[in-house]
Amino acid sequence: MLKIQKKQGLTHKQEVILRISTIMIALIAAGLIMAVLGYNPFTMYSKLIKGALGSKYNFTSTITKCIPLLILSLGVSIAFKMKFWNIGAEGQFYMGAFGATWVWLALPDLPAIVMLPLMLLTALVFGGIWALIPALLKHKLGTSETLVTLMMNYIAIKWVTYLQYGPWKDPAEKNMPKIFKFTENSTLPKLFGVHIGWIIALVLVVLIYVMMKYTKFGFEISVLGENAQTARYAGMNVTRTLILAVLLSGGICGLAGVIQATGNEGRLAADISAGLGFTAIITAWLAKLSAPMILVTSFLFAVLLQGGAYLQVAMQIPASVSGVIQGIILFFVLASEFFTNYKIVVCKPEVND
Amino acid sequence: MDEICVKLEGICKSFGSVVANNNINFDVRSGEIHALLGENGSGKSTLMNILSGIYNPDAGHIELFSKRVSFASPKDSIKAGIGMVHQHFKLVDVLTAKENIIANGCDRLTDGFFTSGKAMTARINEIEQKYGLVLDPDKKIYNMSVSEKQTCEILKVLCRGAKILILDEPTAVLTPQEIRVLFEILRNMKRQGCSIIIITHKLAEVLEISDRCTILRRGQSIKTLNTAETDARELTELMVGRPISLDIERVPIEREKLKPILNVKDLTVRGGEGLNALDRVSFDLSGGEILGVAGIAGSGQKELCEAIAGLERVAGGDIIFKGSSILRLTPRDIIRRGITMSFVPEDRLGMGLVASMSIIDNVLLKSYQNMPGIFMNRTEGRRIADDIIERFDISTPSPYHIVSKLSGGNIQKVLLGREINLNPDLLITAYPVRGLDIGASYNIYDMLNEQKRKGVAILFIGEDLDVLLGLCDRIMVLHAGKVMGIVDADKATKEELGLMMLGHAENGRLKG
Repeated sequence: MLKIQKKQGLTHKQEVILRISTIMIALIAAGLIMAVLGYNPFTMYSKLIKGALGSKYNFTSTITKCIPLLILSLGVSIAFKMKFWNIGAEGQFYMGAFGATWVWLALPDLPAIVMLPLMLLTALVFGGIWALIPALLKHKLGTSETLVTLMMNYIAIKWVTYLQYGPWKDPAEKNMPKIFKFTENSTLPKLFGVHIGWIIALVLVVLIYVMMKYTKFGFEISVLGENAQTARYAGMNVTRTLILAVLLSGGICGLAGVIQATGNEGRLAADISAGLGFTAIITAWLAKLSAPMILVTSFLFAVLLQGGAYLQVAMQIPASVSGVIQGIILFFVLASEFFTNYKIVVCKPEVND
Repeated sequence: MDEICVKLEGICKSFGSVVANNNINFDVRSGEIHALLGENGSGKSTLMNILSGIYNPDAGHIELFSKRVSFASPKDSIKAGIGMVHQHFKLVDVLTAKENIIANGCDRLTDGFFTSGKAMTARINEIEQKYGLVLDPDKKIYNMSVSEKQTCEILKVLCRGAKILILDEPTAVLTPQEIRVLFEILRNMKRQGCSIIIITHKLAEVLEISDRCTILRRGQSIKTLNTAETDARELTELMVGRPISLDIERVPIEREKLKPILNVKDLTVRGGEGLNALDRVSFDLSGGEILGVAGIAGSGQKELCEAIAGLERVAGGDIIFKGSSILRLTPRDIIRRGITMSFVPEDRLGMGLVASMSIIDNVLLKSYQNMPGIFMNRTEGRRIADDIIERFDISTPSPYHIVSKLSGGNIQKVLLGREINLNPDLLITAYPVRGLDIGASYNIYDMLNEQKRKGVAILFIGEDLDVLLGLCDRIMVLHAGKVMGIVDADKATKEELGLMMLGHAENGRLKG
């Protein structure tokens, strides 16, 4: 007979072992599914790794996929630390990209040195405001931020779709509904073959790590996340902290939007996020909201994404296979949370006589 | 009468590296009241959780009426006739007593697809008569007083046919009068042949109600005694492991030297459902004096603390601190302006401390705002933390240790230490010894007395009347948000305070 029992917390070492074995088990489980689908899991995994890291081109593609995911994960991690469940990274991403595109369309002739910072700043503000709306609704009316941020994703995506098919459609693209292509002064330059979004992302990792760990503001976010009552009792300005942190969270997601649009895609479109705003929730959570760990998890997920895309091209296997692996890993990780607090024991039923 | 109905032999139970029960032997006879005595963390709750099937022992076995049994789940334990009344009631607020009893499940009356309300009422009445309980089965739980809720819990267990009752700290939430009623019920049950295990750390009650008592210390069963042949001093020594004085020191005060610190006038705070959580509360408090606040839980103690600390919206009246009103100030303003008011909240982990953070971060929780720059000054935090750890003798591996992993006494010391370290003029402290063992409690009283000697005004929200009478200079009694009276601690008696807590004003008249 099996029984569930509570146990003491884990030591750091035990936790690392637990995490690694979780991922191993997940990979084995995913391998079994591949085998059932008729593929050799060993070939699949080696091809996947090769597709993500095997050549300079593949590696560059992986980094390019990692950049928006990393920035989005950093963005949501700030809100999550405060236990503000920002599921709206997608929407903030698009609103940021939209704001920046608007600036460019309104002032097309600015030199790049002015244009790019202005676009980034606008994206920060637009993304921030998009996240602030659900925060204010929650603060004033007690609405659920999970639902409101989620629903605002659809508003943002449909708004960009409307622009794409309507007012911002590029007539030069004939029958294809596409928004105007960014000109040279509004495109992020490249360094080592990848647009400089990677530098911005790495700087953000450091800044957010320092902010969360060493500043008063980061301390306030953590206390507020732990217990709003305690924050009030300690004399913190709860409203101010909430607003600033949410602005920052959404703003960084907006930044991811403009970087992806101008650095990678060359133009704004309603599908450039490829659902990364949701994947970011997973990567941030797996990293336990720590910025350096987010760098690791985002990279690993980018490997899965890029490797999956490679499988599709090289072996005619649907890229959704990598989606399946992602899903299985998440499933196992969430299940492993249970084992940090509980254990299952086998107890022999004694014979009563 | 002398038949042994429960026998626990060689019970061991560990949680990770913590040994909660270490080879415990314990037995209960039919028709006796057996007190299980021990300080916090001595393993009382673990042992009772094993008996009620919540935990499995690592070693040892349980015998019921000389038959060896093993419980795979609480269900098995209930079937065997064991019922536990938990300290925190497990009742559904919006249902009636009867509905709660039915939901709990008892026998053929409730286990079928349909339930018969009438039959159930009859059954409840029968049990009430048998044991001398008084409770209206159709009263909703949210309309009940604490003691009625407890009665309902006991009924719940009896309706399931329990013959062996475990009561976990049943008197903690009751007034002296209510305790007397409870004890009468327990004696009735005993006469009917029930066995009762009562978990407690109040010695006076052990001596009054129990036939035998077993003392646990650090997970081991130290001794089982016939209550008639022992006294409070011996029990304390066995519990603590060394002789200890039971008297609380009251530092004498010199009335003429007192300088007024706090003056509360007609303070009114709105509560839920149109009632006033505090209704025109007035009192004053001077430096070098401890004013105790007594009252049944939920009589407005929390609102009073929070109103003074600036956390609660005040509907009327005024709070004067050192000559000026602090009514419009936010908690942040209060800290920023250097008004030194310290507030140890009721639920110390829920509000006073951040459980998942280190001692250093918790020490900085209130003072970080007054430090310059945008960064946390953890070097300074480390210095303060080391200081508090040494001054208040907190046992911790390091100041970086996570607060929730400290023992209850040390958590309380971190909190009180931080507040005292701010050099307050007014120290508000609610239930500072809740959950602490005797030694740690006396430490806290000493800390408070030291502050009193330094001229700090102390507002002490307490629950144990003996402590309030021993420690405080004056005691204010709250009932339903109203002040029933303020009495001198050296003249008042427990019975007097108990009556006031139940709503009878000083001199026996009802106020308001």
